[in-house]
Amino acid sequence: MKILVCISRTPDTTAKIAFTDNNTKFATDGVQWIINPYDEWYALVRAIELKEKDASIGIHLITIGGAETEPIIRKALALGGDEAIRVNSTEEDPYFIANQIAVVAKEGAYDLILTGKETIDHNGSSIGAMVAELLDTPFISLATKLDIEPTQAVVTREIEGGEEEAEINFPLVLSCQKGMAEARIPNMRGIMAARTKPLAVKEPLASEKLTSTKAFVLPPAKSGVKLIPAETPELLVQLLREEAKVI
Amino acid sequence: MPVIIFTEHSEEKIKKSSLEAISYGVALAGKLNTDAIAFVVGPTAATLSELGDFGIKKVVHANDSSIVTSDTKSMAAIIAQAVEAYQADIVVFSNTLTAKGVAPRLSVRMKAGLVTGAVALPDLTDGFSVRKTVFSGKAFADIQILSAKKIISLNQNAFEIIKSTGKAEVIPFTAANIPNSIKIKKINRVAGEISLAEADKVVSAGRGLKGPENWGMVEELAKLLGAATACSRPVADSNWRPHHEHVGQTGLSIAPDLYIAIGISGAIQHLAGVNRSKTIVVINKDPEAPFFKSADYGIVGDAFEVVPKIIEAVKQLKK
Ligand SMILES: Cc1cc2nc3c(=O)[nH]c(=O)nc-3n(C[C@H](O)[C@H](O)[C@H](O)COP(=O)(O)OP(=O)(O)OC[C@H]3O[C@@H](n4cnc5c(N)ncnc54)[C@H](O)[C@@H]3O)c2cc1C
Ligand SMILES: Nc1ncnc2c1ncn2[C@@H]1O[C@H](COP(=O)(O)O)[C@@H](O)[C@H]1O
Repeated sequence: MKILVCISRTPDTTAKIAFTDNNTKFATDGVQWIINPYDEWYALVRAIELKEKDASIGIHLITIGGAETEPIIRKALALGGDEAIRVNSTEEDPYFIANQIAVVAKEGAYDLILTGKETIDHNGSSIGAMVAELLDTPFISLATKLDIEPTQAVVTREIEGGEEEAEINFPLVLSCQKGMAEARIPNMRGIMAARTKPLAVKEPLASEKLTSTKAFVLPPAKSGVKLIPAETPELLVQLLREEAKVI
Repeated sequence: MPVIIFTEHSEEKIKKSSLEAISYGVALAGKLNTDAIAFVVGPTAATLSELGDFGIKKVVHANDSSIVTSDTKSMAAIIAQAVEAYQADIVVFSNTLTAKGVAPRLSVRMKAGLVTGAVALPDLTDGFSVRKTVFSGKAFADIQILSAKKIISLNQNAFEIIKSTGKAEVIPFTAANIPNSIKIKKINRVAGEISLAEADKVVSAGRGLKGPENWGMVEELAKLLGAATACSRPVADSNWRPHHEHVGQTGLSIAPDLYIAIGISGAIQHLAGVNRSKTIVVINKDPEAPFFKSADYGIVGDAFEVVPKIIEAVKQLKK
């Protein structure tokens, strides 16, 4: 069993969101970078849990990114990946990224490809499904549970108002969210070992781009909170009906 | 040429989020001087000709009960056939759980640039660019679609439903050679709850409520308002509330008309999931709680005193 985990680098969840160059670029000054939380907590950690039960499982990581993403890949290796591939491109178009992942996935003949639910910066929630279409494999979005049997996976996913369990043959692609794995903290031993784990760098294959980012816009600031005295909450109810017109 | 709107239904009726997508698709088709077609998959008790009330003249219906609608591969294949049959250039989805699995697959099939999480009609002044949420609702980006074919997945609660009059013609559609790549074993539905993603009002509470035994008043207020219930992450992590109620950066991202936050501090990761709500009400005993900065209305006070009084006031209002 070979698992490919798609890892992306995102600004820390508390990073200040601001833009430069006429609002065309994210302002990276002072920004801390992390592994996209969905990729780390759910996709990668679930792969590690599966490997802990079956040591024959191989976990490979892939990132499409420039050299600046390497500390993040090393951190993911420290958590428990066996080896990593970086496709050297800073392109952000999801179709381009999915094509790069699909090429590597095909060459490596992976049984299972895991992505996060979405990146917390682009909020695309699209790359996993694109990879699946490129590979012509099944895809389950927003998986909350994954178990593997000899020839198939048993996957639970969120549906509106509940959940659904399905059986799917390998190979397949899943996007992972909460529920998939238990929380864990990387240990020092892992961090040392990660320094010597293989990290291959590949140049991207030529691929079309279907989108590009023109500009960013910050939402208008709230005009300020209207405080209502705790003694008269009925005033709140009145305002919600007459002013905000929401109840 | 036309715009196809992928239209979802639940049990008896067309989903509210799909009516938003239809309104968006009809408005977009108007801008482009073309037709809007609603595409429906699977049997439904809804009267599809009534989509005329939302400006649709043509409904194409793949009324085949053997289609596994959870199979993203077959759904993308079916929609691609409809796109082909009607020579559509643009497909509009509502950004639902289904769309998240299907729209990107269709994007690859059609070689159509995809924008998920759209919040406004495209700007056609310089190419075709669509505004979407990024950085978990903390900003927007204008994404230019470079390809001739285009797919837009509209955020829920981001576009007003527009009423019209008229009857739609319903045309049956037979899809061919649909692959089936998954086998559904079981479905568990939580009965009776209002779906959080679709809710237009949400009452949410955090660690300030001290323990799961204190959620009675939250549920009562939600019920009175016809609202769904939600919670902060530590509340779900401590199993005070079910996981599907967790909103925020790592939980569900919602955009209701009304979000009432009780005993939630307003950490940036929580805000990331709720800051698109139209009206935010914060009830917190700490006047310094960061949530007040993002709120429209606030009460500084003890939830255990304030919330029962709000419940009384809502009851009075309903009389
Ligand atoms: C990577 C990452 C992702 C995260 N994702 C999420 C996420 O998706 N969603 C999320 O919610 N959090 C998330 N968090 C956690 C987040 O940082 C906060 O810790 C969390 O939101 C706090 O929850 P809370 O407001 O319920 O609790 P607390 O921060 O403990 O706040 C409780 C509040 O209740 C008030 N209070 C106490 N008693 C009363 C009373 N009697 N009446 C009224 N008010 C009272 C207090 O003044 C306080 O403001 C994430 C954190 C990280 C690092
Ligand atoms: N540059 C990238 N390199 C590798 N994987 C990525 C990259 N961008 C996104 N992904 C994966 O695709 C998932 C969905 O991303 P997105 O479609 O951008 O929301 C992420 O959670 C990652 O697992």
